[in-house]
Amino acid sequence: MPMHLEIVTAERVVLSEEVDQVNAPTRDGRVGILPRHEPLMTILQPGELTIIKGGERVPFAVSGGFMEVLSSRVTILADTVERADEIDEERALRSRVVAEERLKIAQTDRDMAIAEAKLRKELVRLRVAQMKNIRRP
Amino acid sequence: MASSREIKRRIKSVKNVAQITRAMEMVAASKMRRAQRNVLAARPYADRMRDLIGELTVRAVGGARKGTLLEQRENVRRVGLIIVTPDRGLCGSLITNVLRRSARFILDQRAMGREVDVFTYGKKGRDFINRTGYTLAGEMVKIGDAPKIEDILGVAIDAVSGFESGRYDELYLIYSEFINTLVQRAALKQLAPVDSAEAASSSRSDFTYEPSQEDVLQEVLPRYVESQIYQAILESIASFYSAQMVAMRNATKSAKDLVQDLTLSFNKARQAAITKEVSEIASGAAALAE
Repeated sequence: MPMHLEIVTAERVVLSEEVDQVNAPTRDGRVGILPRHEPLMTILQPGELTIIKGGERVPFAVSGGFMEVLSSRVTILADTVERADEIDEERALRSRVVAEERLKIAQTDRDMAIAEAKLRKELVRLRVAQMKNIRRP
Repeated sequence: MASSREIKRRIKSVKNVAQITRAMEMVAASKMRRAQRNVLAARPYADRMRDLIGELTVRAVGGARKGTLLEQRENVRRVGLIIVTPDRGLCGSLITNVLRRSARFILDQRAMGREVDVFTYGKKGRDFINRTGYTLAGEMVKIGDAPKIEDILGVAIDAVSGFESGRYDELYLIYSEFINTLVQRAALKQLAPVDSAEAASSSRSDFTYEPSQEDVLQEVLPRYVESQIYQAILESIASFYSAQMVAMRNATKSAKDLVQDLTLSFNKARQAAITKEVSEIASGAAALAE
């Protein structure tokens, strides 16, 4: 029995399809969601989100958000999300450098918080992008 | 009557204008379609957030609301206002409508003895606030045609944290609501305290909240407000291109009418000149014949 997964960002619906399992990074650690999971509402933290569908693993980089599980429907409200194979590693590396620079020159708390969030996101993107390379035969 | 050479020159320049406005109309039309798609694509997120808040706030009453974006304050001394305008003009009355609505709002609030701090998205709003001498607490310009939410967060976070820290007792948003291609309306929306009654309130006590319901609520609320601001910016962009398209279409039509009028005057002037010449020749010949 498959379950329906929907990944939604502020910009658009990124993905809406049937999957077998979802592994998500939550604030209290990684959780795996299988069909008929109990109703759950949880906060996501930056990390790797993996979808398993027909024996195939599809990794995503997620920067934060929420996950709601309700009777075999999973809805992920992500701050930002990207498919691992869509991440351009070189660009991610450059963005990380930019984010680090910005963190150094940040004056106010707000700038600091934004720069920090950006940096954390870039680190996760890099990690997920590299993971994809290792797994590929 | 102007000389036929002058009229000819004017016809040429009006035709040039018509060409430009026609090109702008077509560019605006294609950008409008994309902007409309972006507005629609962003809706599910805001809708889900609203539902979520409804579920979460059913049980969060009184004390649980304190210190969150739900907190209703009795004594409102200072409010934060976010104005969303385009960066550029040439879009009919759109900007005037938003700015007039904003000016009225600021005056109304002052009449109630409240101070107003203004945040602006877009150059036109910023310039207006600077001209009128109100307090500009934050601004962002050059938003582009399809911003991502992270691009526009800076000002939004300032406004939201201003409410959380108690500097602002209420937050409002004025933007150009996109109704359809022909109709855009300056809309006023209250951002904070978040109106949880607006959300469908269905309690789901069987849910497991991790780490806790309060934590989830604490994380959802600012994102909800930010997504509303984001949505307003997207609608403002769609409104801008729609209004520009219509304005440019009207301009093209006026230019064409003008060319027609001028062509008529040109022909009349030409005819008058010919008549004059012929009559001069005829009278010259008549004088010689005598």
